[in-house]
Amino acid sequence: MFKWLHPFAKPETVYHLCGRFYPWLISAGILLLLLGNIWGLAFTPPDYQQGDSYRIIHIHVPSAIMSMGTYSAMAIAAFIALVWQVKVAQWSVLAIAPVGAIYTAIALITGMAWGKPMWGTWWVWDARLTSELILLFLYLGVIALSGAFTDRQTGAKAASLLAIVGVINLPVIHFSVEWWNTLHQGASITKFAKPSIDPSMLWPLLISILAFKVIMLALVCLRLRTAILLNEQHRPWVKAMAKGQ
Amino acid sequence: MHPRRQKRLIAVVLVISLLASAIGAMLYALQQNIDLFYTPSQLVDGLGKDKIKPQVGQRLRIGGMVVNGSVTRDPDSLKVSFDLVDTGPIVRVTYEGILPDLFREGQGIVAQGVLIDDTTIAASEVLAKHDEEYMPPEVAEALKGIKHVPPSQQGAANATSTEGRY
Repeated sequence: MFKWLHPFAKPETVYHLCGRFYPWLISAGILLLLLGNIWGLAFTPPDYQQGDSYRIIHIHVPSAIMSMGTYSAMAIAAFIALVWQVKVAQWSVLAIAPVGAIYTAIALITGMAWGKPMWGTWWVWDARLTSELILLFLYLGVIALSGAFTDRQTGAKAASLLAIVGVINLPVIHFSVEWWNTLHQGASITKFAKPSIDPSMLWPLLISILAFKVIMLALVCLRLRTAILLNEQHRPWVKAMAKGQ
Repeated sequence: MHPRRQKRLIAVVLVISLLASAIGAMLYALQQNIDLFYTPSQLVDGLGKDKIKPQVGQRLRIGGMVVNGSVTRDPDSLKVSFDLVDTGPIVRVTYEGILPDLFREGQGIVAQGVLIDDTTIAASEVLAKHDEEYMPPEVAEALKGIKHVPPSQQGAANATSTEGRY
């Protein structure tokens, strides 16, 4: 059933595949980011209540959505690494973690910068803010745990287990604004009803979300390639490639 | 599937489901403590199945809509008081200090303070709660009849109509 997937578990194949995707992903990502952010930051109308301050939504929401999306990607890789013991999946966990951690940090920092003028405070310990902070700690925990053992295999295994366990936090983050009274507002676009954001503001936002996603994929491709080279440096195919250049 | 892989799969799924149910039970038990604030009806009628009411003198947060026309300001100081409502009961909040930009009548706010009597709170901090709706000023004016005043012109608008905005 998974026979067609087997070649992709081979580090050499993944290395070349990532190399092929990377230039497309990074150029598409930067183009989309420029388009979405310039449109969103300079050419959308101001909000009726928040004025221009709302424009941080074009960075805050994409990074927040992708902080969770990146985490689920990492958890899936960790699951494959633990159950099927695919080495490439194990390396992907460590390739994905720092990218997701940066996205989470961007979401938290932009959210604080918006919260000060709008709410009147940088930070409150409400369910949404706290669970997003826990997500950052989970990412940092995965990174730290993978480096905490002398045996790299043990470290990667422990990090994978933490990555999988942390998945429980994702629904908590998403539904925190519905389950509990929070200062953070409810979802504007990630819900089944019609988005409660005007179309003139929605389109650049959607483009920015796509841009953050594509850039995440590009960065992960780049980091995974480096990880493969690092781990396979004594293999004949790497040596042959190094000699060929 | 290979028996060893199957074993690992079962172990991983077991660990996740056990932890998920443990955390789920924990969050359920802590439900009332995770809420950032009481709503006015929770404050008056009690919270949850047991109808637990906060005691007078307790520090708490209250969140609700500012009732239209209820904001009264002391002309000589920064003292202000206003009513909060959600679905029924009304709670009075008194506060001394600068209110956030988004504070206005009809807006959701969260105030932290001490419960003085059953329905009065002396707040030490007032935060504005924004809703999830974003729209340009023209759309808001057409839909809701709200006129947007840019912060740069707010001083002038307030000077001409002293009782206008608050």
